[in-house]
Amino acid sequence: MKPLFFIILVRDIKLVGRNPGESAATTVIFFVIVATLFSFAANTDLAMLRVIGPTVVWVAALLSAMLSLDSIFKADYADGTLDQLLTSPDSLSMIVLAKVTAHWVVTGLPLIVVSPILGILMGLDFRLIGILTLTVVLSTPIFSLVGAFGAALVVAQKKTGVLISLLTLPLCVPILIYSASAVAAAAAGQPISGHLSLLAAFLVLSLTILPLATAGTVRIATGG
Amino acid sequence: MFLWFHRLSTAKNFYKLAGRVAPWTGALAGLLIVVGLYLALVVAPPDYQQKDAYRIMFIHVPSAWMSMFIYVFMAICGAIGLIWRIKLAFLVSTSAAVIGASFTLTTLVTGSIWGKPMWGAWWAWDARLTSELILLFLYLGFIALQASIPSRSAAQKAGSILLLCGVINIPIIHYSVLWWHTLHQDPSISKFGAPSIHSSMLAPLLVMAFGFMLFFLTVVAIRSRALILESEKSSRWVQEMGEVA
Repeated sequence: MKPLFFIILVRDIKLVGRNPGESAATTVIFFVIVATLFSFAANTDLAMLRVIGPTVVWVAALLSAMLSLDSIFKADYADGTLDQLLTSPDSLSMIVLAKVTAHWVVTGLPLIVVSPILGILMGLDFRLIGILTLTVVLSTPIFSLVGAFGAALVVAQKKTGVLISLLTLPLCVPILIYSASAVAAAAAGQPISGHLSLLAAFLVLSLTILPLATAGTVRIATGG
Repeated sequence: MFLWFHRLSTAKNFYKLAGRVAPWTGALAGLLIVVGLYLALVVAPPDYQQKDAYRIMFIHVPSAWMSMFIYVFMAICGAIGLIWRIKLAFLVSTSAAVIGASFTLTTLVTGSIWGKPMWGAWWAWDARLTSELILLFLYLGFIALQASIPSRSAAQKAGSILLLCGVINIPIIHYSVLWWHTLHQDPSISKFGAPSIHSSMLAPLLVMAFGFMLFFLTVVAIRSRALILESEKSSRWVQEMGEVA
């Protein structure tokens, strides 16, 4: 028998795939639309877009990741699956991690694929696009981890969209800063390994702490 | 010692103690703030560079200290509540949230009033300012979360976990903003970096800080009393008190 981690991972991905309203495509389309809106607001001035382009890509990525957070625990909480999972002998942190990984596969991976294309639209050169994509690779898992924590905090409430953002966006500030400074440093011809190492360190820290915190929160929300 | 702590941690005893302490701390806070304001506005000499405008520091700096202290205080209370399952610690932590957010807002507002004549701008994306703003968001998130969860005990536990995550994040946020600026060679001047502060200015600052601290304790005592009454309203000692009154 396969480990529970993979069973839940595959199950969550399949569930999203079968629900057209929440599919990966919706997230990507939202991502592209937000980025496009910025371009219109900047009067499609390519010189300006070249400067603000990376920022636009991260803010759009962060917002698209937020958009789908509700789906991580909500349905499972509503139909009682979450209560069943709590009775499992496996560690709840691993179950949470499986659900976070599923969320990242469905929303994070497509964003990583699309962000270079947005980079081209923003008129960035190829070296910067590479670095931009690298920072998106490092930060999307953090968005999913932090977001799952926020989603677990509000799982029992009916309307949660704005509240999740209020809870999780401040926790994401350092990621935005490191990513932005990596691209800015690259554009100025400075070394960027320090920024990337810090981003990676933040990923490791989140990966270590947040599944525990999320598991604790899920237990509280389900009254366990 | 532990027994004393345990006895204190029952809602009824804490309610009584807080009721006895609050008038004293409140009066002392009022006294200290009046004396502090007198020292700050009348006795302390004008700054050689900033003239009288620097006097807003006597509100600004203690508020900033309090805003950070209260968040850590709330997180410690939350941790105590989660680890030793003391309900009272959650209550204290919840009752400190609004006053903490107020101090944070005071810091931001006085800072920007001070910044306008000194830096020529209401706002600079300086490390301290930015961390303080994010601290305000963290407070607001905690308050919104507490308000949105109907079950009192679930709200308090979830809020405490959020506080702990926030407390880990505060230094990270602070240093990330700091490094980001050192990388950018930010031109904004930091007036805080003055080598040392003269005793005629330090004294009112410390008096104000103690006054603010006592004010905070008073507010927490009063608010926790209200929260205790609300959460214990079905218990016997609260109902007996209602009959007497």
